[in-house]
Amino acid sequence: MSSSKTAVPQAFEKTARTYLDDAQLRRNLGHATRTIRNKRNNVVGEMPDWEELRESGRQIKQNVMMNLDRYLLQLEESVIKAGGVVHWAHDAADANRIIANLIKEKGESEVVKVKSITTDEIGLNDALDKEGIHALETDLAELIVQMAGDEPSHILVPAIHKNRSEIRDLFREKLGIENLSDKPAELADAARRYLRKKFLHAKIGVSGANFAVAETGTVVVVESEGNGRMCTTLPQTLISVLGIEKIIPTWQDFEVFMQLLPRSSTAERMNPYNNFWTGTTAGDGPQEFHLVLLDNGRTSVLADETGRDTLHCIRCSACLNVCPVYERTGGHAYHSVYPGPIGAILTPQLRGPDDVAAASLPYASSLCGACYEVCPVKINIPEILVHLRNKGVRHKKRRGFFSGVRIEPVIMKMAAHAFRRRALYEMAQKVARIGQRLYVRKGIISKLPFQLSSWTEMRDLKPIPEQTFREWWRTRS
Amino acid sequence: MNISLFIACFNDTLFPDTGKATVRLLERLGHRVDFPMEQTCCGQIHNNTGYQEEIIPLVKRFVDIFSDSEAVVAPSASCVAMIRDYYPKLAILSGDTDLMDRVDRLLPRIYELSQFLVSKLGVEDVGAYYPHRVTYHPTCHGTRMLHIGDAPLRLLRNVRGIDLVALPGAEECCGFGGTFALKNADTSMAMLTDKISAIKATGAEVCTAADNSCLMHIGGALNRQRSGVKVVHFAEILACMD
Repeated sequence: MSSSKTAVPQAFEKTARTYLDDAQLRRNLGHATRTIRNKRNNVVGEMPDWEELRESGRQIKQNVMMNLDRYLLQLEESVIKAGGVVHWAHDAADANRIIANLIKEKGESEVVKVKSITTDEIGLNDALDKEGIHALETDLAELIVQMAGDEPSHILVPAIHKNRSEIRDLFREKLGIENLSDKPAELADAARRYLRKKFLHAKIGVSGANFAVAETGTVVVVESEGNGRMCTTLPQTLISVLGIEKIIPTWQDFEVFMQLLPRSSTAERMNPYNNFWTGTTAGDGPQEFHLVLLDNGRTSVLADETGRDTLHCIRCSACLNVCPVYERTGGHAYHSVYPGPIGAILTPQLRGPDDVAAASLPYASSLCGACYEVCPVKINIPEILVHLRNKGVRHKKRRGFFSGVRIEPVIMKMAAHAFRRRALYEMAQKVARIGQRLYVRKGIISKLPFQLSSWTEMRDLKPIPEQTFREWWRTRS
Repeated sequence: MNISLFIACFNDTLFPDTGKATVRLLERLGHRVDFPMEQTCCGQIHNNTGYQEEIIPLVKRFVDIFSDSEAVVAPSASCVAMIRDYYPKLAILSGDTDLMDRVDRLLPRIYELSQFLVSKLGVEDVGAYYPHRVTYHPTCHGTRMLHIGDAPLRLLRNVRGIDLVALPGAEECCGFGGTFALKNADTSMAMLTDKISAIKATGAEVCTAADNSCLMHIGGALNRQRSGVKVVHFAEILACMD
C-alpha cells in the first residue's frame, strides 16, 4: 500500500480500483475485519439487553442534539469550575491556531499525542509542523502510520491495511533496529522503548476525546494501550480537542456507553484503559488543562433533520468492520479520516456539497444495511445515504450542472414520466424489447454500450422475453 | 382471499415467469388473484439514486391503484421494503396530508410473497416438488429492511425432493445495489466475485432468492462464467408440482 498523502482527492468510484487491485491490502483487511466481526458478534450476542442499550444510546444522543446549545454552556461552566480553560473553535483553522498558540506560549517544539481522529480531521499535525512543532503520535498504530508518512485507514485500527512484516520493515528503517522479527511482542517492545523516552520528556500532551460530561466537566479518552494514559497524566499541560457532538449530559450515561462502545469497537467486554479527568488537580497530573470545543461543520449537520443523527456516532467503527465495500477498498478510498459507512455520511455533510470526492461517498454503498444493524446508537446509515443522494441531486439541479453523468437526470426524468402513464410504460417495454436486438448474440446480451458497459464487463444479461407478464395476463382473461 | 398482485416493473418486463408462478401458486392455495393493469413501478431506483421529487406522482398512483385491495402481494422484497420504508417519507415530502393518511392505511396490507404465505396465511408447505440441489441467498433489503427472516427458507424446506444447501456467508451483499452496480462497478464486481465463489462452493445447481434484481446480478456472472448454475426466484420453485 503506497502512501495516500500525495493523492489528490477524487471521486470514490475513480480510485476504488487501485485499492481493489492491491492483493496485500485485500488480504490484510479481509482477515482483520472478519476476525473482529466474529469477535463482536460473540460479545454482543451474550448481552440479553443489547437492543435496549442501543435504544438508550440513541435516545441519550438525540436528547444531546436537541439541547446542544444548553449542554455546551453547561460543559463550559463545569470545566472552568474544575480549573480548566475552554476555547471555542469555529473551524479547523481556528482550532489549529488556538492549539499552536498555546504550545508556542510554553516555548515547546514537541508534543505527545493521544490517538484522535478529530485532530486528524482538522489536520493538526501538519498545521503544527508549519509552526515548527512536532506532534508525535503515541498510539502504536498511529505511530506506524505517521512513521510511514501514510494516513489512517480505519477509525479504530488506523494501520489495519498493514501487516506485521510491513511494520517490521518500517521499524527497521525508522528506528534503526537491525535484528527485529515480525513477532507482535517484539514490535510492541521496540515501539515501547522509543515512546517511553518521549513520554518522560514531554511537557505538553494533546488529545481528542470520546466523551465530555456536561454536568461534571469530565473529559474521557478510552484506549487499549495505556499510551493515552501516559499522555494525559505525565505532561504538565494537556490540550484536548472535543467535537461538540461528543457531549453526554450526566455521569450516569456512562452506564450505557461504556457497555456499548467496547463491545462494538474492539469486541471487548470492558475497555482496558479508561481515562477520566475533571479540570486539574493540584499535585496530580497536568496542572494546566485546555479544552477546545470544535464545530467545523457540525452545526450545519445538526441543522439537517435527517442527517443530524450522524452526530450520534461514538466512533466505534463497527460499521466499517461489517461493510462489504470498506472490507474490499479499505479506508484510503474514502479520502477522509472518517472512512466506511459512517464516513460516507459524515464526510459529505462536514465538507459541504461542492467537494467532489465527498459528494461521491453517499454512492459508495450498495445500501445493504449491515452498518445500521450493528450501530450501537442505531444511526440509520442507509436512510441517511439515500437522503444525502437526494440532497446532492437537488443541489446539482439548483446549480445546473451534472459533472460526468449529465445523461442521468434526463433518463431519470423520462423514466419517471413513463411510469406515470400506463400506455407510455407499455410502449417503453416494447421499444426496449425491439431495441435490445442490436445487442443480443446467441440468445444473450454480453456487451452493452456507454455506462451500461460496466454491467457487461463481468455479467451477462438475459434478453427481455417475448411476452411481458402483463401481456400474458391479458391472454388469460 | 382476494389478492392484488403487485408484480414490480422489473418482473413484469424481464421475469414474467416469476409473476406467472406467483399467480399459479396463490390460486393453487385457493385464493383469487387480481392484477390491476394500471400498475407500473414503485420508484425504488429513483428514490435510491437521488430523484425522490420525480416519483411523488408514483406514490399517489400506487395508492390510487391499490387502496381498495384486501391484500397486496409482491414477489419482490426490495420493492415492498421501498414502499414500507419510503412511501410514508415521500408522502410527507409531498406535503399532501391526504396522501400521508392513505399511505398509512395501505401499508399494513402490503406483503412480500414469503411473508404473506408464512405470516399472514400461516402456510409453510405449499405442496411443491422440485428435485434439485438449491442454495438460498437472503437478499439485503428482505433481510435487513423488511425482516422477512427465514420465511423463504421455511417454505423451501417443505418442498419435496429439494436438496437445500446452506450458502456460506449468506447474508453478505451480492454487490448489486441498483445503480451501485454501475456507479461503483469495480467494487460491485469484487463483491459479486465472492458471492459467486460461495455459491459454487455449495455445489448447488440453482441459486434462489426473494428478489430477481439480485438474482439477475448473480445470474449474470454465473452465466458469464459458464458455471452451469442457474438462478430461479423462489416463487418459481414453490409453483413447481410433481
